[in-house]
Amino acid sequence: MTARIGVITFPGTLDDGDAARAVRHSGAEAVSLWHADADLHGVDAVVVPGGFSYGDYLRCGAIARFAPAMTSVIDAAGKGMPVLGICNGFQILCEAGLLPGALVRNDKLHFVCRDQWLRVENTTTSWSTRYDSGAEVLIPLKSGEGGYMADKPTLDRLEGDGRVVFRYVGENPNGSRGDIAGIASESGRIVGLMPHPEHAIDALTGPSDDGLGMFYSALDALGAVAA
Amino acid sequence: MATETTLIDTTAHAAETPETAQPYAELGLADDEYQRIREILGRRPTEAELAMYSVMWSEHCSYKSSKRHLGYFGDTTTPEMREKMLAGIGENAGVVDVGDGWAVTFKVESHNHPSYVEPYQGAATGVGGIVRDILAMGARPLAVADPLRFGPADAEDTRRVLPGVVAGVAGYGNCLGLPNVGGEVVFDKTYAGNPLVNAMCVGAMRAEDLHLAHASGAGNKIILFGARTGLDGIGGVSVLASATFDGDESAGGRKKLPSVQVGDPFTEKVLIECCLELFAKDVVVGIQDLGGAGLSCATSELAAAGDGGMYVDLDRVPLRAEGMTAAEILSSESQERMCAVVAPSDVDAFMEICRKWDVIATEIGEVTDGDNLVISWHGETVVDVPPRTVAHQGPVYDRPYARPASQDAIQSATPDSLTRPSTPDELRETLLRLVSSPDLASREWVTQQYDRYVRGNTVLAQPADSGMIRVDESSSRGVSVSTDCNSRYVYLDPYRGAQLALAEAYRNVAAGGAQPLAVTNCLNFGSPEDPGVMWQFERAVHGLADGCAELGVPVTGGNVSFYNQTGDTAILPTPVVGVLGVIDDVRRRIPTGIGNEPGETLLLLGDTRDEFGGSVWAHVVHGHLGGTPPEVDLERERLLAEILVAGSRDGMISAAHDLSDGGLAQAVVEMALVGQCGARLLLDPDADPFVQLFSESAGRVLVAVPRTEELRFTEMCSARGVPWRKCGVADEQSNQLEIQDVATFGLDELREAWEGTLPKLFA
Repeated sequence: MTARIGVITFPGTLDDGDAARAVRHSGAEAVSLWHADADLHGVDAVVVPGGFSYGDYLRCGAIARFAPAMTSVIDAAGKGMPVLGICNGFQILCEAGLLPGALVRNDKLHFVCRDQWLRVENTTTSWSTRYDSGAEVLIPLKSGEGGYMADKPTLDRLEGDGRVVFRYVGENPNGSRGDIAGIASESGRIVGLMPHPEHAIDALTGPSDDGLGMFYSALDALGAVAA
Repeated sequence: MATETTLIDTTAHAAETPETAQPYAELGLADDEYQRIREILGRRPTEAELAMYSVMWSEHCSYKSSKRHLGYFGDTTTPEMREKMLAGIGENAGVVDVGDGWAVTFKVESHNHPSYVEPYQGAATGVGGIVRDILAMGARPLAVADPLRFGPADAEDTRRVLPGVVAGVAGYGNCLGLPNVGGEVVFDKTYAGNPLVNAMCVGAMRAEDLHLAHASGAGNKIILFGARTGLDGIGGVSVLASATFDGDESAGGRKKLPSVQVGDPFTEKVLIECCLELFAKDVVVGIQDLGGAGLSCATSELAAAGDGGMYVDLDRVPLRAEGMTAAEILSSESQERMCAVVAPSDVDAFMEICRKWDVIATEIGEVTDGDNLVISWHGETVVDVPPRTVAHQGPVYDRPYARPASQDAIQSATPDSLTRPSTPDELRETLLRLVSSPDLASREWVTQQYDRYVRGNTVLAQPADSGMIRVDESSSRGVSVSTDCNSRYVYLDPYRGAQLALAEAYRNVAAGGAQPLAVTNCLNFGSPEDPGVMWQFERAVHGLADGCAELGVPVTGGNVSFYNQTGDTAILPTPVVGVLGVIDDVRRRIPTGIGNEPGETLLLLGDTRDEFGGSVWAHVVHGHLGGTPPEVDLERERLLAEILVAGSRDGMISAAHDLSDGGLAQAVVEMALVGQCGARLLLDPDADPFVQLFSESAGRVLVAVPRTEELRFTEMCSARGVPWRKCGVADEQSNQLEIQDVATFGLDELREAWEGTLPKLFA
């Protein structure tokens, strides 16, 4: 059976096409989900892609979190459906309360687009089992509000429980606490990260194909057969 | 502008009150221009008509000073050159057939003055405007690129303008989801007070989906959609882009918003997706974006290009300010708006799509079987004009032009007497000084603020010579673009300088492996009222047009920006040339960095002469600008491109980089740093090392070829008559660049020199 992975489009979503392409590259079927439609069309997992939902004029992800599709995602995630939030998608998952903390403006105040080395810190989540523990992967980072923030008890809990999934290697690009690039929910089914694995699926159009591992991992988690 | 009166200035009222004094001069119209409007209409214009004519007859919209010369582009375009052109000069953007049923459209536009006044919004709305131009052709915008020019890098005002412009380009473009794949950053003192912000966009469509802007078919509906219309940008075109920066307090005493428009990229992103769905559902007869001159421009151009008249009811236009007059609504430059012509039977489907995207869409009028564009306001006629007289029959000036007397002195002040470095230590120091100069330093501080990845089709982007985008994922067909202009060369010799700009952009496209196909331009000059500037313009146009004819690539469109000057000092003449190329298979692209294959040989293609007129070396080391620019040989450029394209197709070239500013030294440094690979460079022992390293002779490319391909490749070069010289090897085991018998540099040392400069100035 081919896994079906949904990709949500909000007004202002930009990387939905890329996320769908990455899903297809991994061998799964990509299903377009529209923000205003609460029906998730029976998908097995969901990717909330990057962009500037609703322009992000308020607070990144603050409005998108209330979309009918997100209400259904929150509900399905509670029942164990794997969810990956990328960049703006990560911000939306934080706003939705599926992941703790928040993303704030980069410490240098500029948008940053660069090829970023990440260390894989946790290889047990639904989106990271295909990586070797401690592996370093090269994934584009492109964001203006990518600094991960949380209060100290939350950061201690994330570190203590091993829920930091990806960490920036080398110079911290945005002021993230603890060099955190991505985190997981308690269950490990929900992962959010600022870098863009969907832009690293082919050395022709990205710096590497290291990002595909996240999508393969999800297929493993779903028990589906990867192509 | 319009005075706040309770009386509406209707056409009937205008006919009854011929003596009413009108503020045409404040709106930028000359006495004879105003008289011509009265002759056309047989009465004085109404306030609303005067607003329309004044913006549409401004330099920015009417090309009144340049039109006479721009005709030369058409005169020099042969039928063979026209073969692949699906739309050309006069449309919103040129369209070129790139094969497999794909058509590509591209254009560059200036947003210079607004970006000086308000760098962030000026640059942002520059991106927004060019993207809507591409959209109005029926194409999906694929990528943007921004040629930028500023005052000296260490000038106080540059610290205000540059970060603001870059943030504006980034803020708008990133939010639109269009990769930024190229552009330029150039510093020169003449751009202080006159920064150049040019914006390029490339789009693609299936050839059969080309939408040209026209309003045909009586009864078809005119639908305005996108953002609401407000008071922003009123007078921006006629006042800002024509002559002065004087304030925008209206003549009637009403406070208006700043003349620079404010952009909302989210609205534009949604508008793009909405338009593409409207095109896909085939519910649009004609479409036009609203840019400079707003509704005045859109309605008059749509009507002028159609076969009938048009009626528009301004009361239906959704507004976001209260108490706007008809003239203000017509000339508002509120962003993110489009105007479509829709068959009555498709209006419901059109509106349904707009609702899906939460885009406000309003039927504001219809195509009529009359001759005139008629516009009503509060039930009364305020505009009744032949649309062509507004859109196309503006004044045409035959401005005097003359070679300035100073040109001889400029050309005779050659760089030959400048002290040259000769010892190895001096050459080493010169290389580091040039690599770290603001002229040649890495642009990463700028480009890393731009998203180059979005849409997942970017194959080459900065710091590569050209930006390359995959157009078709199934066939891997792609296009590439480069924009270039060395304005010091143009200053020394406008004709040759324009050809050198063309040659460089053409070579940059070929260096990525793409076949150059078509040309666009953005001609930035000083005041057309200065005969010396007009001479630069006339020479540059001829140089570019003749060069395009020689290369067999058509000019498909362009843009002119005059009045880039402070007092009597004009900017260096800056005809930015954009070249579009096509590549059958983007997987065959040629990267810039060396070290892709084990053991590459470095080959220098072309001839190196002692050419330092207008060079970076003369500028940076001696503050000198004089002499003549390098020679240009377009036949050689054509042969070079053939070799690069063939080398890419047959997998013979593993890296390539064009030689331009800074010469061979800069090219080899960049190839090593980008590829993170060491190299050894062998100079010709019988020639001057300084000339070999730093001369800016045109028609040269440094290529890396896998050792196994070396013989086949050099035989091809010889057979085609392109000189080549084996000049070194890449060494992936090394972290040094060794220039034999001159100097050795650590890659770390070079990287610090190259990458450290802009962050130190602007971070």
